[in-house]
Amino acid sequence: MPDRPDHAYLDHAASTPMRPEAIAAMTPFLADHPGNPSGAHGASRATKTALEEARETVAAVCGCQPQEVVFTGSGSEADNLAVKGGAWEARAHDPRLDGVVTSGIEHKAVLGACDRLESEGFRVARVPANGDGVVDLDALARALDDRTAVVSVMLVNNETGVRQPINEIARLVRNVAPRAVVHTDAVQAPQWLDLASATADVCLVAMSGHKFGGPKGVGALIVRAGTELVPLVEGGGHERGLRAGTQNVAGIVAFATALRITHGRRAEDTARIAALRDELERGLAAQVSGFAVNGASAARVSGILHCTFDGVEAETLLLALDQQGVMAASGSACSSGAVDPSHVLLAMGMPRERALSSVRFSLGYASTHADIDAALAIVPEVVAKLRVT
Amino acid sequence: MPRVMVMMSGGVDSSVAAALLHERGHDVTGVTLKLWGGESDSGCCSVADVEDARRVAAQVGIPHYVFNFSDAFEADVVEPYVDAYAAGETPNPCVECNRTMKFGRVLERARRLGYDFVATGHHARVVLTDDGPALARAADRAKDQSYVLYMLGAEELARTLLPVGELTKAEVRAHARALGLRTADKRESMDVCFIKRGEREAFLGARIPRRSGAIVDEQGVIVGTHDGIDAFTIGQRRGLGVAVGERRYVTDIAVGTATVTVGPRDALLHERVRLRDVRWSRTRCDARAMLVQSRAHGTPAIARLDGDELVFAWPHPRVAPGQVVAFYDGDLCCGGGIVAD
Repeated sequence: MPDRPDHAYLDHAASTPMRPEAIAAMTPFLADHPGNPSGAHGASRATKTALEEARETVAAVCGCQPQEVVFTGSGSEADNLAVKGGAWEARAHDPRLDGVVTSGIEHKAVLGACDRLESEGFRVARVPANGDGVVDLDALARALDDRTAVVSVMLVNNETGVRQPINEIARLVRNVAPRAVVHTDAVQAPQWLDLASATADVCLVAMSGHKFGGPKGVGALIVRAGTELVPLVEGGGHERGLRAGTQNVAGIVAFATALRITHGRRAEDTARIAALRDELERGLAAQVSGFAVNGASAARVSGILHCTFDGVEAETLLLALDQQGVMAASGSACSSGAVDPSHVLLAMGMPRERALSSVRFSLGYASTHADIDAALAIVPEVVAKLRVT
Repeated sequence: MPRVMVMMSGGVDSSVAAALLHERGHDVTGVTLKLWGGESDSGCCSVADVEDARRVAAQVGIPHYVFNFSDAFEADVVEPYVDAYAAGETPNPCVECNRTMKFGRVLERARRLGYDFVATGHHARVVLTDDGPALARAADRAKDQSYVLYMLGAEELARTLLPVGELTKAEVRAHARALGLRTADKRESMDVCFIKRGEREAFLGARIPRRSGAIVDEQGVIVGTHDGIDAFTIGQRRGLGVAVGERRYVTDIAVGTATVTVGPRDALLHERVRLRDVRWSRTRCDARAMLVQSRAHGTPAIARLDGDELVFAWPHPRVAPGQVVAFYDGDLCCGGGIVAD
């Protein structure tokens, strides 16, 4: 029997290892520079400079102006600021603006914010996706009207990896609901897509550092000029008054460093990772019966393989794989760590039982051929064992 | 090395069960069941309890997973519980959970994953008899939980470990303290895990259309009214809303007419009760003279089985339909049944 690597981390869509360059860049701001970037002395100037350089780096990658970058504590916070802040701002200007349009496949950060708005009296439309996981544009068009305040559709789905036509949606909104702001949750995108072009027509773009080699606990929201928001956190006027609180300078520096490196290496990383993903996909298809790839005929990002194993409970499969060192995911883990049937798959019209038999393998910049070898050595064997009654 | 999947609720008993199995050198995996998505304030379901289980597992040095059985729990435990109340019965959801979840789905999943045993923190013992493995009362009689496991047959028992059944509760807590487990002094959960304390009627009221009816005495004289029979159980004394001289107990519930009958304590005493779903473990006891227990921590009575009727040696307070009667031969649990009417 060939040697097996002792583990294969295939959950990069949940969190990536940090880029070494990002760790190196942030360390001085933990160890050497105590200054509050809002202060007026030498120690503060050092951190303030680093903060603003980071902002410029992010702006350059995203194709926006530095003052359009708002750092937050997470991708979820960025989503909440965009959706709630945009809706509250619109209604404050014109009480008739009470419509929110989103999709059923959004991350819970967006869906949760929409639920909150609904409880406050906003009309919320949650548009379904087709069987390949692409948001139904006809249904979206029907949900829009001249009272729509916010439209929020993600750029890349976090479970299936399917890319959503956000620029097309933005143009549609401009024609049908001209007063609405368009937000996109781009948390899964930076590793795979050029954000500047992929979000060119969008007002608000949310990101999260730990999805592309940055640290956990740092996010950003691009707020394009002319888009007004009501802040979630008020106080000392940080981040143009949109997010009070002393900035996480070390985290932000690492965020920007990771984003810059990710951007610079995207072409070569993406090609290499796509080849690894395809090898995993082909290998599983060849070795496992009752195996189906979800979102197969849609435009998928290179690092995600979302698939269904007939007759195998994902919860059982993930446990068995973990015990063999293969780390993958299913659905969206809730706060207790239990696996719920994925709302994304249900919104795509997948039957509940199939949704509960679906697993996501996700790759990232740190993935290697050894990970794929390990997965191909272990997954078919484990699936076969679990199918024996 | 035996592979054991231990169900960890986040309480002290299952924490120590996991620790003991690990100390014995078994290959142990901890799992916590997410059974209930709704509101509750105790039991198996809260994030805090899952976190306690996870932390204890980390401290003991075993992997830990969460199984989401909330769909199955709703279908197999909560719905039958509600239906039973709607039919005027007083069900025991813990028994159903043990049967369908812990020793049903989890046992099956563990088997599928190649585990040799499942384990829980129940205070009961699995002992080896000439007839095979049998369920026996716990070393700590006051904490004995064999009653809620009465349905386990030899097949399940052969794949079940109940390590804390050999210890007293004080020893369990002492062991947890010695290991520095964060659950060492956690208080016990006593209520139905999916219903908040004191909110049973509200829970049922939201799921069953309530039908008001009369409260009558033994002679059929109306002495009051009520808003729904699900608020009542046989033997209940409190909350009847009936002002009469002496203490009155619910002695009968007629579902068809939604009539609740109250009477003196003596009226509750019966000699015979009909059972359904009687099941025996492989260790049969003498059906002509056995010990029977009709409450989780009740005192056993002597009875014999006459067809599907349980005949008490002495008049016994009436047991509500839906309740479990477990059969014992000394310390051995040899089966049981459910009160039919």
